[in-house]
Amino acid sequence: MEKAEKDHAALAEEFIKDEERVDWHDGALWWIRQKRDMAAKNIPEWEALREAASQIKNNVLSNLHDYLLEFEANVTKNGIKVHWAADAEEHNAIVYSILKEKGIEQMVKSKSMLTEECHLNEYLIERGIDVINSDLGEYIQQLDNEPPSHIVLPCIHKRKEEIGEIFHEHLGTEKGVSDPTTLTRFARRHLRNVFVTRRAALTGVNFAVAETGEYVVCTNEGNADMGAHLSEVQISSMGIEKIIPQKKHLGIFLRLLARSATGQPITIYSSHFKKPRKGQEMHLILVDMGRSRQLGRPDFRDSLKCIRCGSCMNTCPVYRKSGGLSYHNTVAGPIGAILAPNLDMRKHADLPFASTLCGSCSNVCPVKINIHEQLYKWRQVIVQEGYAANTKVLGIKAMAWTLSSPTSYSTIGKAGRWVLNNIPFAVNNKFNPWYKQRDMPDSPKESFGEWYAKHGKDEVK
Amino acid sequence: MTVGLFIPCYVNQFYPNAAIATLQLLQKVGVKVVYPPRQTCCGQPMANSGFEHLTQECNNLFLENFAEFDYIVAPSASCVLHVKDHLHSDEEPAKAERVRAKTYELVEFLTDVLKIDKLAARFPHKVGIHQSCHGLRGLHLAQMSELNAAPFSKPVRLLNMVDGLELVTLERPDECCGFGGTFCVAEEAVSVKMGKDRVSDHVRHGAEYITSVDLSCLMHMEGILQRSKSAVKAVHIAEILNATR
Ligand code: SF4
Repeated sequence: MEKAEKDHAALAEEFIKDEERVDWHDGALWWIRQKRDMAAKNIPEWEALREAASQIKNNVLSNLHDYLLEFEANVTKNGIKVHWAADAEEHNAIVYSILKEKGIEQMVKSKSMLTEECHLNEYLIERGIDVINSDLGEYIQQLDNEPPSHIVLPCIHKRKEEIGEIFHEHLGTEKGVSDPTTLTRFARRHLRNVFVTRRAALTGVNFAVAETGEYVVCTNEGNADMGAHLSEVQISSMGIEKIIPQKKHLGIFLRLLARSATGQPITIYSSHFKKPRKGQEMHLILVDMGRSRQLGRPDFRDSLKCIRCGSCMNTCPVYRKSGGLSYHNTVAGPIGAILAPNLDMRKHADLPFASTLCGSCSNVCPVKINIHEQLYKWRQVIVQEGYAANTKVLGIKAMAWTLSSPTSYSTIGKAGRWVLNNIPFAVNNKFNPWYKQRDMPDSPKESFGEWYAKHGKDEVK
Repeated sequence: MTVGLFIPCYVNQFYPNAAIATLQLLQKVGVKVVYPPRQTCCGQPMANSGFEHLTQECNNLFLENFAEFDYIVAPSASCVLHVKDHLHSDEEPAKAERVRAKTYELVEFLTDVLKIDKLAARFPHKVGIHQSCHGLRGLHLAQMSELNAAPFSKPVRLLNMVDGLELVTLERPDECCGFGGTFCVAEEAVSVKMGKDRVSDHVRHGAEYITSVDLSCLMHMEGILQRSKSAVKAVHIAEILNATR
């Protein structure tokens, strides 16, 4: 997170310098968007499924308190120990105390964006506990000491040659080997060894069923399962918004999730966890971390419907061109930009502006979050709370343009030149960001207002 | 029927020909058009940058200029969307609501209100359509590629009435060009990269002209085309629909 002083615009500019990488990053994500489109268009009830999922989540958010208590009671009845954490600090302390009590010094972790948000790895490592991310992409990011750049495809911004280099440096593969199959095989062998030697495993949660107290973890690699099945202590961390009321609702969400994320009909593994094996201990940590605050913001509450499919990132042209790390937040892209200001408005004041408000995100979202409208609303909040001045995001020219009162000019005559003096694409010099890579429009002899004053009476027939 | 012609501030200054084409096109199809000279800006650049609270003056002026007309028509999807979504008045809420409901983007007006089914226009060129996001996802001028829903396109329907015109097929039919209001300068690098990629899709598929219902998108892409000395031109859809050459 050391890059946080730079805003999205500056970090994106750095990413874009390597245009070949941008083209390939953009193309890879667009390809996933196309797979998603095909999957969505293959089932006639797609839009109805989205609507149903959105309404179920509406119900969950309106009754979250009751569902959480129901879930807690059922989980406890099933023999799993429930913990509640208000914030990252509490969450991390709970994980640490569980491990410490058992004298465990090594843990394997899989598929949990929440623990990334909590910076759990750093916390545990400082206390002498070794953590390995077992999801391949997350593992690569961990080796390279970088946060994930995408919630589903954590190292999508890396070329295979770069991954080969990381493997060579950290795992001793032969230099220059970058064939994905070879590297994956190698990683698998390495991780298998990790799985059999770790006594504790932590996973995230995709869906938590209030009615039964079970929870579901969706992965394609099965690493979460392998970790969990071999562990003596299994810990699962979930945001409190992951609840769904009944088991029958799972079908709707599982169908939407995989199709939205990668275009698959279903994730390879949709693992249900309900009660500990004989001799195993299971812990579930319910984490708030700003969620109840967001729930109290009527304009932004629906962001909690998110099922972390990542499709708003794949479709977002700004995300595709700027890379996930330019959002300097665990969750990047459009959804990250509406979640992050709730966590720290000052630090993330730039994110709602890192969008053209094109609206594609809201259209792909499987739970129909009005993402682009929330981006617009966050902008209003950030300006009113005085945080816009903290960010270079608006640019000085842009500020001048937006703050000038347009009513002081008229479309006829000299005063009409207001536009020429204030609009950013009109100033022809190298300090103007418009002019750097774009020509300004030609200045016509007369404005339409001037033309109309002379010719407006001549009707064309 | 009298239509109030709403010409956004930058169109007035930089693209008078698009405004003239809009006026003439409406007159050709038999509509009486009046251009209220005291109009300025709809307030969108401020609002999209987080300063919606400073736009009441714009709103009041808009109401003053346009409330009397049967319809208000503009050659700009983006400004129309802003009016439709955000024009309000604490003093005269009913008036604001009426004005919001009768404000139309040009293509929408020709299609849904006038129900035009033929045009005496000729434009013998290969043309690529740039779907302005505000026109597409805001005003729903065409079906959006993300949805599992029946396709349609109001701009395509009109362009198909133009003699000699050939539409090119794009690889990404409705991707954003990256203009985005103040985004174009605040996020200069991303904005330009998005614009370059949009332009290249049209160029690769043989377009001689890129057209759109939004001049802001076109201005951005034109700036990129001209910088690279491309022969491809940007032209507002009104100029094509009004062309007789
Ligand atoms: S906001 Fe919607 S599209 Fe984006 S990750 Fe969440 S569920 Fe997926």
